[in-house]
Amino acid sequence: MNLRPDPTFYATPKLAMEAAVEKLAFTLMLSPDGSKPDGLAVVDVDPDSNTYSQIVHELYVPNLGDEFHHFGWNACSSALSPLTGHAFLERRYLIIPGIRSSRIYIIDVKEPLKAKIHKVIEPEELMAKTGYSRPHTIHCGPEGIYVSTLGGGGKDGTDGPPGIFIMDCESFEILGRYEMDRGVQDKHYDFWWNLPRDYMVSSEWGLPPQYENGVVPEDLLSNKYGHTIHFWDLRARKVSKSIDLGANHQMALEIRPAHDPIKEYGFCGVVVDTTNLQGAIFTWWKDEDGEWQAKKTITIDPVPADADDLPDLLKGFGAVPPLVTDIDLSMDDKFLYVACWGLGEMHQYDVTDPMKPVLAGKVEIGGIVTKTKHPNGKDFGYGPQMVEISRDGKRVYWTNSLYSTWDDQFYPGERGAAMVMANVGENGGITLDKNFWTEFPAGYRSHQIRLEGGDCSTDSFCYPSV
Amino acid sequence: MDLTSTAGLWLAVVLSGLYHGLNPGMGWPLAVSASLFERRLSALWLSLGALSFGHFVAMLGVLLPFSLMNVLIENQREIRIGASLIVIVMGVYLIITRRHPRFLARIPPHKLALWSFFVALAHGAALMLVPIYLGLCSFENLDNGHRAAGILMKTTMLAFGVAVCHTIAMMSAGGIMAYSVYRWLGLKFLNRGWLDSELLWAFSLIIVGFIGLLTSI
Repeated sequence: MNLRPDPTFYATPKLAMEAAVEKLAFTLMLSPDGSKPDGLAVVDVDPDSNTYSQIVHELYVPNLGDEFHHFGWNACSSALSPLTGHAFLERRYLIIPGIRSSRIYIIDVKEPLKAKIHKVIEPEELMAKTGYSRPHTIHCGPEGIYVSTLGGGGKDGTDGPPGIFIMDCESFEILGRYEMDRGVQDKHYDFWWNLPRDYMVSSEWGLPPQYENGVVPEDLLSNKYGHTIHFWDLRARKVSKSIDLGANHQMALEIRPAHDPIKEYGFCGVVVDTTNLQGAIFTWWKDEDGEWQAKKTITIDPVPADADDLPDLLKGFGAVPPLVTDIDLSMDDKFLYVACWGLGEMHQYDVTDPMKPVLAGKVEIGGIVTKTKHPNGKDFGYGPQMVEISRDGKRVYWTNSLYSTWDDQFYPGERGAAMVMANVGENGGITLDKNFWTEFPAGYRSHQIRLEGGDCSTDSFCYPSV
Repeated sequence: MDLTSTAGLWLAVVLSGLYHGLNPGMGWPLAVSASLFERRLSALWLSLGALSFGHFVAMLGVLLPFSLMNVLIENQREIRIGASLIVIVMGVYLIITRRHPRFLARIPPHKLALWSFFVALAHGAALMLVPIYLGLCSFENLDNGHRAAGILMKTTMLAFGVAVCHTIAMMSAGGIMAYSVYRWLGLKFLNRGWLDSELLWAFSLIIVGFIGLLTSI
């Protein structure tokens, strides 16, 4: 029994930055063809250790074909809010959904090197209690753990819109659907919030037939993927405004609000603009009249390429689209990291002024055409994808797989899992760490990373940094 | 100290107020949060006022029915025994369930008074006062049955007095905590100073209930 709050709960983003640095990372491993069980890799990220950057423990689940994607903690810093009354939870369990199987694993990582399965929620139970399938983003919030899903009911997940459901944060019982009034929301991807300001923002990818067997080019070119972000009254559980970013802005994915809850703005990454193949970042904010607004503040241009160097999917375009597949905001709300999975680049933008981002640093690695090697001379397959920033903002980690079937379309052939780390300069700028290179077991791909004690895409805060 | 004397009971009213005020679960961290958001100290006092108001109304809401009962029902002793038992049961319930009422998390953060009202009810903070209050009523030596309206007036005034004293104590303790954290201790104190007082709280209810029971028999 804990008599004091978990030491990894931080009242403010500033306190989170000042806390002890991470020594372990948790990285998801997926078997792209479902021939082996997916797993969780515990990676040593302590530079003073003999096993630095290597996997020190692997946990495999007892099923095939789950396809691990995103995951999250059972509890984060928001537990310190007196409103929730959960100050004595432990940050102890990782909630890992299988995006393909709709199965959810609760993994006990109290002793990370002895990580074990605590509970498994079967797809039938999820379906029966929520009518949703294909669980995705995890955030711990008021009333329990919120989980976004990418599919509705039925075999192909198109019977009803996907949405969010709530799970008890202690028993991990599924409590039911979140939404009371979803407005025009009919697709789903990511969500995050500002707890004291009481709002949530959600985004859209596509429906299961649009992604499970690969990207559907006709749907993409006719702008049928998601392009709207939704602003919710968090506790009233209803959409207060939906902003269409424009139909050409296909696949509005990651939502990254400023960590400091006093700020009422954030970012959303758009994978591709179908009019010009650009990648884009939108800044969303609440204006003086209390109205939600969104504006495109970053564009990243495609790079012309020989059709011979391009996969079948892109041959007709004669260019590599940047493909902004993941973004992440540093804890001090200063730097936004943007993964350009197609180009093979990781960008760092100074977003001190969220309306005027400035490119501050860039790393080239992998890429459809460039195939830039790691400074240690090894091949980096695919491109920079899931990115995670250390709480103190000094290290940025990333992996390289997007989604099994999409990997195969943009990067045909098996290219291997990777996880690398870049050091952040005193005033910005990023450089890959030559000594950080994680070897993964053969036949696996790597996806999202979580850092011990919380990171820049897990923790929500109820007190502003002062 | 003799808890059965009038002075002892009034002391209990004040002490329980201080106790409730110190408990972070009754809301002082929200006052800190409010002042940090608005970047001014006055927001701290305003939100503390809202929290106290909610707490005060919850106290009255629980005490007033008992004050009414005191007048309408002949046997004060049975009421006191019944009330003490309710408080004990509440304490036992809190020990067994150890779960937080989820509906509290549904209340938006800006509705502080409403939140405080429900929190005081859900955690039995208001109930804790009932045996003390009924103890005080018995000292008033009320002449039942004759001037019912007058007595009702008296017991109601007493309920108000108890709630006011208790809330002032609660507000002072919570205010001192909130101000200290805002001014000197910093938010790191939340990690170090926030103790899980839930069991202690449940036992407090049981103890208060038993004292009420013993003094009424």
